[in-house]
Amino acid sequence: MIMRKKSLALAVVGASIAAAGVVTANAQSDGEQNAETPYQNLVEMGYPAPQEGQLVHVPPTMADLEDADLHPELKKVIRRGYDLFTNTQQLRGKNVFNDMNCSSCHLGEGRQPFSAPVWPAAITLPNFRGKNQHVNNLEERIAGCFAYSMNGTPPEYGSDDMLALSAYHRWLAKGAPVYPDQPIYGRGFPPPDRPEALSYARGETVYQEQCAICHQEDGSGHYEDGEYVFPALWGDGSNNWGAGIVRTHTAAGFIKNNMPLGQPLSLSDQEAWDVAYYMTRQERPQDPRYDGSVDDMLEKFGPTFHKHSSYGDVREHDDHRLADHANWGEKGEEVIPWNVGVPRFEDLED
Amino acid sequence: MSKRIIGGLGLLLGAGLYTGSVLAVGPGDPDRGQTAAATCTACHQADGSGKNVPGGESWPRLAGLDAGYIEKQLHDFQAGRRQNATMMPFANMLNDQQIVDVAAYYSQMEVTSAGGGESASDALLNRGEQIANRGDWDKYIVSCKSCHGPGGKGVGSDFPGIASQHAGYIRTQLHAWKDGERSNDPQDLMGAIAKRMSDDDIEAVAAWYASQTVSAEGEE
Ligand code: HEC
Ligand code: HEC
Ligand code: HEC
Ligand code: HEC
Repeated sequence: MIMRKKSLALAVVGASIAAAGVVTANAQSDGEQNAETPYQNLVEMGYPAPQEGQLVHVPPTMADLEDADLHPELKKVIRRGYDLFTNTQQLRGKNVFNDMNCSSCHLGEGRQPFSAPVWPAAITLPNFRGKNQHVNNLEERIAGCFAYSMNGTPPEYGSDDMLALSAYHRWLAKGAPVYPDQPIYGRGFPPPDRPEALSYARGETVYQEQCAICHQEDGSGHYEDGEYVFPALWGDGSNNWGAGIVRTHTAAGFIKNNMPLGQPLSLSDQEAWDVAYYMTRQERPQDPRYDGSVDDMLEKFGPTFHKHSSYGDVREHDDHRLADHANWGEKGEEVIPWNVGVPRFEDLED
Repeated sequence: MSKRIIGGLGLLLGAGLYTGSVLAVGPGDPDRGQTAAATCTACHQADGSGKNVPGGESWPRLAGLDAGYIEKQLHDFQAGRRQNATMMPFANMLNDQQIVDVAAYYSQMEVTSAGGGESASDALLNRGEQIANRGDWDKYIVSCKSCHGPGGKGVGSDFPGIASQHAGYIRTQLHAWKDGERSNDPQDLMGAIAKRMSDDDIEAVAAWYASQTVSAEGEE
């Protein structure tokens, strides 16, 4: 169909990458992947090609770790971090209170472009973060995903599990420049252009036709014999209302670039936004910043966060006011994420 | 999951595309299934183990496959959505009730061991394991495990168990999808992956799954 146009674009890419001079490739090419033009397979699938002046980094793999010139003890810790990242369910009931792994959203073990690869955090932090209005380091960024995306409470800063996770992030960043001046290729979940109108009903149709086979009609996902297979998109098994993916544009960006599993970029922009709209207008555990009033929450966090989500909206078809509840999901009332709302650097002079 | 399949069948029946018995179908009965499966044993064997046939057409293990999955495949053969000259005549011999019965019969059998992975090198098996459990994201090959479940033991009726399936059979199916000869999977979920796999990838993952055991017994 559009093959010809794409291969043409590729020729240009090869040239501009060479000119940009910020390519870092760590993964060993396995014969078929040409290391000179990283992510060529993705470009052929329809992902945007790396642009001149972008930082293009190919993170090393776990196979590369075996050959790396690192202390054997460090290798062990990185392996532990990888294991925690891809099987975070081992912390269920301790730090994780939903059905997710980190790799449920960060596909391809946190290495994949357009699936919020996690290594950029290791080279751009510490930095100011709009979500909590102060300077965060890597551990605090990881802790954020525990409190919201995993509906849990993070391992302590400096603990073995936290150290292992941050070591894995840093390993993936191997060779990439710290505090880069260039924008990073494939960072985050870049949303497609927002269509004029979004439709809940159309989103529901897309959902039932393209997503329900795995995530189930009620969005609860699927465990087979007690083992993780398909994560929950809403309900108690999913992320809470404070997670980044409840923002409609973030959900649309995730879905367009990553779902249905194995068929990225197959939905039209309209379909991706509609199904994102449908999905983010379902109930899920309360935002841990909630203090008893949805209106207070909107006042406090509307400007920085919830203006992008459906938090506090009244659903058209059933008059249900979203997030107007004190259901914390599996963590109940006892487990309170210790990192949420902790102020930092309050005494610094301007 | 099986609700959707039945719904789909209802549509077909309504449209008159399907010419078999239109009598109401009762729940599957393994005993009746055993009788109906008398002709099947020539290839799929009495214990449902099938056979890996090097250089020829392998017969898939049916023992322990999900009943809903077996039913769908038999209906797909009948309707021509799945093509295979050897198998199609036997699918056509069955009426709707017999399909449900043989599915019940094979699904409750113990998973048997598989052939075709015995002489695989360690390097091949390691590559196979990588594709099966972690995938190869640089080629956008999603891990098999993410759909076929932990250990490749299958998920519901839509994602069949592939662990301890014959290497020859896994290989031909993946090639069939890659070449566009099998396309009865929902939403092209399997086809999209198979088309990104090289012959070596297919060889490796087929050998690895064939050498996995699912139940306590069934050691090679
Ligand atoms: C429910 C989905 C989801 C889960 C599960 C999840 N995350 Fe995230 N993560 C996100 C979103 C959304 C972002 C923000 C992406 C963006 O910038 O738009 C993000 C961002 C990040 C970043 C920053 C990336 C960058 O570009 O700076 C890191 C690091 C991170 N997550 C780590 C983790 C870890 C570790 C876990 C497991 C403990 C985890 N995440 C679980 C959705 C998730
Ligand atoms: C073939 C099965 C399959 C299909 C179809 C599918 N997904 Fe997923 N989805 C997955 C798997 C598996 C993951 C987690 C990835 C992992 O663990 O490797 C996931 C993750 C997600 C996530 C992030 C985690 C979470 O629970 O929130 C979202 C959001 C999502 N899918 C939405 C969708 C939407 C919307 C569709 C339809 C357009 C869809 N998926 C179709 C299998 C599927
Ligand atoms: C002459 C040999 C032969 C006989 C007899 C036979 N089959 Fe098959 N069967 C095959 C072959 C070969 C395949 C694989 C077809 C393909 O490659 O698509 C197959 C595939 C199947 C499948 C699909 C399995 C899967 O994993 O998708 C089912 C179900 C099945 N047969 C059931 C039966 C039943 C029930 C009978 C008896 C009524 C029967 N077969 C008789 C050779 C046979
Ligand atoms: C995105 C989901 C998905 C992924 C990933 C996936 N499969 Fe499948 N696979 C399916 C579905 C769905 C079917 C059932 C097709 C049908 O209903 O006819 C299937 C069927 C199969 C079959 C045929 C089984 C039989 O009994 O006939 C084989 C073999 C197979 N897959 C192997 C693999 C291997 C090997 C991998 C990893 C490289 C893999 N699959 C990855 C979805 C997937």
